[in-house]
Amino acid sequence: MSGLSKSVLYDFCLRMGDNTLILGHRVSEWCGHAPVLEEDIALANTALDLIGQTQFWLGLAADVQGEGKSADDLAFLRDAWDFRNGLLCELPNGDFGQTLMRQYLFDEWHWAMLTALQNSSEKRVSDIADKAVKEASYHLERSRDTVIGLGDGTAESHDRMQAALDYLYPYVGEFFEADTVDEAAAKEGIAPVLESLREGYDAAIKATMDAATLRLPDSRFAHKGGRNGRMHTEHLGHLLTNMQWLQRAYPGASW
Amino acid sequence: MTQPSPLEVMRWLDQVPDPEIPAISLVDLGIIRHVEWAGDALEVTVTPTYSGCPATSIINFEIEKALRDNGVEKVSLKRQISPPWTTDWLSEKGREKLEAYGIAPPQPAGGPAQCPRCQSSDLEKLSQFGSTPCKAQWRCKSCLEPFDYFKCI
Ligand SMILES: [Zn+2]
Repeated sequence: MSGLSKSVLYDFCLRMGDNTLILGHRVSEWCGHAPVLEEDIALANTALDLIGQTQFWLGLAADVQGEGKSADDLAFLRDAWDFRNGLLCELPNGDFGQTLMRQYLFDEWHWAMLTALQNSSEKRVSDIADKAVKEASYHLERSRDTVIGLGDGTAESHDRMQAALDYLYPYVGEFFEADTVDEAAAKEGIAPVLESLREGYDAAIKATMDAATLRLPDSRFAHKGGRNGRMHTEHLGHLLTNMQWLQRAYPGASW
Repeated sequence: MTQPSPLEVMRWLDQVPDPEIPAISLVDLGIIRHVEWAGDALEVTVTPTYSGCPATSIINFEIEKALRDNGVEKVSLKRQISPPWTTDWLSEKGREKLEAYGIAPPQPAGGPAQCPRCQSSDLEKLSQFGSTPCKAQWRCKSCLEPFDYFKCI
């Protein structure tokens, strides 16, 4: 593999793995705090799937990098500016409705992306996609049902879901805006052209929001800066101090 | 020692209970994909059920232990994620054992066929997720007991 291909594949895997790592960590913050036991278990299981997928993506990134690092090294020994997740993944949980709205907006993209990646020219990528897409479709089924249930629920739950949608929607666009890494990945057949996923995504979330009696914002303004690491929100640093606490306090600790 | 055949090795591994659902074996679960000798090392290919299944490292440990207990000295475990694990790989014997244990086996329709306690088909879903990544929670509306359903993936 050429040096350029290696660096494209590495960046691509970081983006996939950082999405699942950061969102997985966020979702895990609900452990023991969800409104009912069944939802607590569902959130914990979703987080577990996402962290498991992170091990595949960051494991592959570390292999491609070839510096003898592990998935754990990449998860715990990088600082905020080295993360490549979409900003949506690092936003705070808010209330239960906001957490599930964030999950739904992510799941719909994640499922479409993984489905496309099953045809990746890079076998190690399509192998991960084959595995992860099954879990993503299960997550999507649940987050979609919950968004509809809460949107089309009580006046209170409806208002909270609409507020969550208004807050989170401007973070969706980042997943579809390609930069040079995405263009190179698409050119090599590693990943799809990002913009090509948008039409299906828009149709799917429109149908869901209609069923949920929620209104999609008109503006397509998109906050950016997570996927290229240029500007994360202030929330990521706080998340990392928690997630990386042990390695920061006791560098190199292991058991 | 003479090298035991892969079939013999599968019989040993069929004695190793799944750590989370001990009613069935690792072979019943369908996660042992391949066994073969590579020189003097026994290569066992294992596929994870769910990406984040916390039992993965315990399962690897149990496999190694079972093989060593049977006299195999060199064991090499290979992780294979594609083709991904599917509940179609559960053995028929495993499905029967699950049901007898009180866990409804997976069905292509996406929900349990009957209550594992009273065989009623008047059922409702409580939650898409259960006590382990591979299960969902259902309830029987006839005997009113909740039960685990082994998710179909
Ligand atoms: Zn019953």
